[in-house]
Amino acid sequence: MKLPPVLRLSPEWAPYVLLSPFLILFLVFGVFPLAFSLFLAFQAWEPTSGLGAMEYVGLNNYAFALRDEWFWKSLKNTAWLAVASGVPQHLVAIPLAVFIHTSFKKLRNGVVGAYFMPYITSTVAIAILFSSLFSTDYGLINVFLQALAQVPGLGWFLPANPVDWLNDPDNIKPAISMIVFWRYVGFNVVLYLAALQTIPGDIYEAATMDGAGRLQQFFHITLPGLKPMIFFGVTLSVIGGLQLFEEPFILTGGRGGTDQSGMTTAIYLYRMAFDFNDFGAASAMSWLLFILVAALTWVTHMAFRPRGASA
Amino acid sequence: MGQTTRWFSLGRVFTCLLPLALWLGHARAQQLLTVAAFPAVDEIVRGAIPRWNRLHPNVGIKVVSRQFSDHHTAMTTALSTSFYLPDVMALEVGYVGRFAQGGGLEDLSRPPYDIRKFEARYVPYALQQATSRKGAVVAAPADIGPGTLLYRADVLARAGVSEAELIESWDSYVASGAKIKAATGAYLMAHARDMKDIVIRTGVQPGEGLYFDSRSNVLVTTPRFVRAFELARRVRQHKLDARVGAWSNEWSEGFKRGTIATQMSGAWLAGHLNNWLAPNTKGQWRAAQLPDGAFAAYGGTFFAIARGVPAANKPLAWEFIQMMTLDREVQLGAFKLQDAFPALLETYDDPFFELPIEFLGGQKARITWRTAASRIAAVAVHKQDAFADEVINTELDKVLERGKDITLALADAQRLLQQRAHR
Repeated sequence: MKLPPVLRLSPEWAPYVLLSPFLILFLVFGVFPLAFSLFLAFQAWEPTSGLGAMEYVGLNNYAFALRDEWFWKSLKNTAWLAVASGVPQHLVAIPLAVFIHTSFKKLRNGVVGAYFMPYITSTVAIAILFSSLFSTDYGLINVFLQALAQVPGLGWFLPANPVDWLNDPDNIKPAISMIVFWRYVGFNVVLYLAALQTIPGDIYEAATMDGAGRLQQFFHITLPGLKPMIFFGVTLSVIGGLQLFEEPFILTGGRGGTDQSGMTTAIYLYRMAFDFNDFGAASAMSWLLFILVAALTWVTHMAFRPRGASA
Repeated sequence: MGQTTRWFSLGRVFTCLLPLALWLGHARAQQLLTVAAFPAVDEIVRGAIPRWNRLHPNVGIKVVSRQFSDHHTAMTTALSTSFYLPDVMALEVGYVGRFAQGGGLEDLSRPPYDIRKFEARYVPYALQQATSRKGAVVAAPADIGPGTLLYRADVLARAGVSEAELIESWDSYVASGAKIKAATGAYLMAHARDMKDIVIRTGVQPGEGLYFDSRSNVLVTTPRFVRAFELARRVRQHKLDARVGAWSNEWSEGFKRGTIATQMSGAWLAGHLNNWLAPNTKGQWRAAQLPDGAFAAYGGTFFAIARGVPAANKPLAWEFIQMMTLDREVQLGAFKLQDAFPALLETYDDPFFELPIEFLGGQKARITWRTAASRIAAVAVHKQDAFADEVINTELDKVLERGKDITLALADAQRLLQQRAHR
């Protein structure tokens, strides 16, 4: 059946029409919020007064953000959490991937799937589950620690009283870091497993014939071979770590925890806008955070570039 | 052939347009008023629909219900963009203060609303809670939360502490807590912050806000804050608080297991304890006035109309709000079904107030709460109240957890709030 001429697409318009669903969605949900956020960063705005209540204030919001103690505090918290949860992810994921790659054949997919499971589970479900596990008086983690403390010789190393994981400001960050580590280590294992398959097996055979042990092979063949993937994985960890929101938000009841020691910059931005009604300062802070993320990504790129290559 | 095709096409057009025409006709006959609310309030609104239908048979009510924080975020977004504005929005008192400072809500003190002419019918402090610094009344009070001290009578009896001893003064309250802890092991309160929350609300001067005065001067170094911090620190030093936040798992477990002996809150908490927090403790709780003769409000619900609502809907929206806040039967219905303590004074002579409450061991506690409602003083609101609350809580955390000096903590809070006071 032939379509009437009015419904036929000319070849020169066809690409644009076919691309338009993506382009429209990207413009509405991608470009517009970015542009609006940039616009808001230069405005003073009481949001409940409507869009007409905006007032241009130049760089005032940026100046305020840079003088705001809580913004710096949230950045320090974010950096702490990013390092404490990000670095172990890679330090564990690389040897774990090598172990799975060399030791599992038939069970490999099942093992990888088990490690990957936390990554695809809802963050909200994970955070709620860990809220119960970390409960001071009724949580399984403290019950386990208390049971472990009864083992002769171990009691000296373990806390005598139940640990207040989520209310003690010194414990919130380690608790959040543990969850983030647990959640993303499987994702990194999958990345490194994929990269390991690209390293030719004959290099290992040659090294074995030359008398290289497994440790030497790991440091001189595996690690250099994984370098491009380490760069990719670390870049994702830097970006994800600096934008950390859901886990600490739910674990701390949306407040950031006692003495705000679990308040990341992303949580602070959200609270600035929706709890404290200061959309202008929140937008300015989000752009400052973007600059920081971009700068650290560039630093990562410089650290992992091949020797002798220019930036 | 051509004639047949034309008739066929006309028939198709007619078939397509008929449902549209019917729908338009129906829409004209059945005008719809949209009411946005959060849990419990949404049920109260639904419960009032039959009464509304009797008054306005051609105007339906559509209730848009969201979770508490989602609802207020949605209302903030709706007000900022003027899209998807409900005709009537329910607001919790904390948000009323914040929204009052913007210009997005109708000033109900102006014609055609003139809510001031009903002022004497509301609990004295309630209307003031919705009044901006410029004198605009942005919402009408539906229910209030008179502050009360709920305590476990069985735990107090085991410790040999009487109610009079418990509430005589703040010092006697803390001393009673030490006795309770020694005799039963139960904590006096969930968190030392609860102590601070109530003490900073006592002794507020007329015209002052909680954290700021009428000229946005910061008040957090005044004696009521020093006293509040000292009392909270004493509670922590004597290990009288369970160190758990409200609405956490530990908080509800503490009530269920009887490890938290008292809780200062709004009267509505008795209903929550009975319904889902700790129904197994029925008969063991009692209600008293707050210690040291303090009276304070904990929560409350208001109804407001956004300026962006179509002009044709505003008169109906106002009629709906009047029904929800000034109709004795609706107010009492909400009280009986959802424990929403009425803001309407003319309900206060209803026999329901005199009925014993089974959960509170047959105590006629509503009389106690009615007295409290009439004694609560109005506190002026400021747009930075939410931030100030956060700053004060953080500095208290530092005092309690890190041993920070109280004078220094309050001076730091003062400095932070001064930076924000005029933003």
